[in-house]
Amino acid sequence: MDYAKIWFVLWAVLWTGYFALDGFDLGVGFSGWLAADDEAQRRDVFASIGPFWDGNEVWLVTAGGATFAAFPPVYAGLFSWLYPALFLLLFSLIARGVALEFRGKLAPPAWKAFWERTAAVSSFLAALLLGTAFGNIFRGLEIGPAGYQGTFFGLLNPYALLTGLLFCAFFFFHGQLWLASRVSGPVSVKASALASRSWYVLAALLAAFIAASYLRTGLAGNFAARKFLLALPLLLAISLGAAKLLLSRGKPGTAFLASFCAIALFSLTGFAGIYPDLLPSRQGPEFALNVYNSSSSAYTLRLMTAVAAVFMPVIIGYQFWVYRVFRAPLAAGELQKTGIY
Amino acid sequence: MDTLFLSRLQFAVTAMFHFLFVPLTLGLGWLTAWFETRYVLSGDERWLALTRFWGKLFLINFALGVVTGITMEFQIGMNWAAYSRYVGDIFGAPLAIEAMAAFFLESTFIAVWAFGWERVSRKAHAAAMWIVAFATNMSALWILLANGWMQHPVGYVLRNGRAEMTDFGALLANPYGWIEFFHTVFAGWVIAGFFVMGVSAWHLLRRNQEELFKKSFGAGAVFALASSLLVAAVGDMSAVNAAKNQPAKFAAMESVWETRAAAPYTLLAFPSLKGEGNAVEALKVPYALSLMAFHSPSAEVKGLYDFLPQDRPPVLPVFLSFRGMVALGALFILLSAAGTWLWRKDQLGKYPWFLKLLVFVIPLPYVAIQLGWIVTEMGRQPWVVYGLMRTAEGVSSTVPPSHVMLSLAGFVFFYSVLGAVDLWLLAKYARKGMV
Repeated sequence: MDYAKIWFVLWAVLWTGYFALDGFDLGVGFSGWLAADDEAQRRDVFASIGPFWDGNEVWLVTAGGATFAAFPPVYAGLFSWLYPALFLLLFSLIARGVALEFRGKLAPPAWKAFWERTAAVSSFLAALLLGTAFGNIFRGLEIGPAGYQGTFFGLLNPYALLTGLLFCAFFFFHGQLWLASRVSGPVSVKASALASRSWYVLAALLAAFIAASYLRTGLAGNFAARKFLLALPLLLAISLGAAKLLLSRGKPGTAFLASFCAIALFSLTGFAGIYPDLLPSRQGPEFALNVYNSSSSAYTLRLMTAVAAVFMPVIIGYQFWVYRVFRAPLAAGELQKTGIY
Repeated sequence: MDTLFLSRLQFAVTAMFHFLFVPLTLGLGWLTAWFETRYVLSGDERWLALTRFWGKLFLINFALGVVTGITMEFQIGMNWAAYSRYVGDIFGAPLAIEAMAAFFLESTFIAVWAFGWERVSRKAHAAAMWIVAFATNMSALWILLANGWMQHPVGYVLRNGRAEMTDFGALLANPYGWIEFFHTVFAGWVIAGFFVMGVSAWHLLRRNQEELFKKSFGAGAVFALASSLLVAAVGDMSAVNAAKNQPAKFAAMESVWETRAAAPYTLLAFPSLKGEGNAVEALKVPYALSLMAFHSPSAEVKGLYDFLPQDRPPVLPVFLSFRGMVALGALFILLSAAGTWLWRKDQLGKYPWFLKLLVFVIPLPYVAIQLGWIVTEMGRQPWVVYGLMRTAEGVSSTVPPSHVMLSLAGFVFFYSVLGAVDLWLLAKYARKGMV
């Protein structure tokens, strides 16, 4: 067995899990206020992601740690080459975390409004930066014979920015579906309407992304060579269509699961497109960091495979349990016990 | 200022800030779980009140520990890319395992505890806090096994231009990692014990819910006393370990320059600011240093003159931090013993000055733990991996100093604001008492 290839798949799955899970709470973070009319509704909006955001963010920590353990040069390259983007992402995630935690700690409206705005700005920035970073990965980085030669402003190319906006649209849709299914009353109605309208923007951005990927990147190559991979984008289109259909039939919960699948399939489509590279190069395939030249030793990969095989099913099990425990919205009395204003 | 200097400064600033929040979590989780278990077993609502009060403080403190932890993980790749490439094969594994074995657990179950009062049974709710307490300490274990490897690299071979793991068992069994782990978590428990004692003392002075705060005072005092003794015992092992495996660090801790057998312990010493030798050296206790370092009066202790100047750690900060930490550690044993004794005799009310003192003592264990990290990390210099890779070789070559300057300034500003807000919230909730 080639453990480096197994770890490419695990690496893709960890990032995919992160996008599909943290996606909805980032979406609620930056667009939840649109579905709420007053302070009590905003409290319900934030309470709906309260028990989940931290556990979801650990998927990012794990994806980062797994990149370090399984593909050290990728971890080193990605994080140091994209230094300014990464530290902005770090600041956004820190600000978003404290905003969600601090918001309900005190009663004054000005206090809550401040942290709600902080949550909105930081969540949006995090989504945009993640999308832009992965847009650049899909497009290929400026890695040449003399190492990395890219610049910060080079990262802000149209294709990457398009991917950034696409992430935002995905998370907006995902977050509104979460609110539509997990918060009762007027918030749910408003969130359904917002999700429904934003779907068209999302579909348009996704179409533009696919066209741009076909014209401007090497992503299409793998799909031409291995036709079965086309199932991924095909299922992506079906999931996205299903999400809209289920939403219009008044089933936001199932629609949320469909959008979860859509984000996951979108992410997997991207990773399938860059394989065997983890960090493709625009200056020639020989400069790319791939599963052959950038993996850890067979010993380490075998160990990490065993660790992941033991822990990941358990983690998914108890996270699933927690989603079930909190499937009904938190009542006002519970929030009071929790100490949330 | 170059990328190396700025990256080191940034790592120090962000790690020390992160470690203002983590250690309280390490101990307060156990205490909160203990209070809640007493409640579940007895049905006595007073224990529930204690659980809620201390749990709330736990949560406020926990939030900043979580968000500043991501910085630590990202930063190694961002600022120390060459290091990451060279040792990632062996150093990355414990970090990834930490996320899977510990971080998921604590982040998921803290939510069950915070939001689940009416969602799960009382027993399950208490179990959630035990899981969180276990997971935070487990988290420390993996991080310190990783750090222990940097202090004393084992289980690897140099191959393909990097350090490759050959023996995970050796990494797991690395005594350096385990000693660091116990020393660090016990120190965290000392912080929690003094925090609980200090906050309880503040309320006892004001006669707020005396009966309840006496209970938490007692728990805090006993916990602090046991932990202070344990941290000192492991501290001794830690010094022996340093003398054996990192002689330059040990020499800097004691500012010893000449190598000699049957070395005396110098009570009054001060390293010369010129960089070599001691400016002050008086009051020597014969054989004491050899006894301390090797538990044998005749053993030879290496001095700093045995190392080339470029292979010596910065002596002054390591020396001062070590002495400061040890002195504080002794103080903690005395204070927690006195607190335990007065609590057992129910004499706390007779010594208001002692209660007042305990309020002001709350920050001292934090100071001690930061000093301890200065000894550990500055004492390891000039190596990032002891004897294997120099810190200067580990830095990212593609990151310009201006970028690190910006991120460092950002961290200093951002963290100061967050730290101030969190501290203020913590004080506000601590003062509010059990309502």
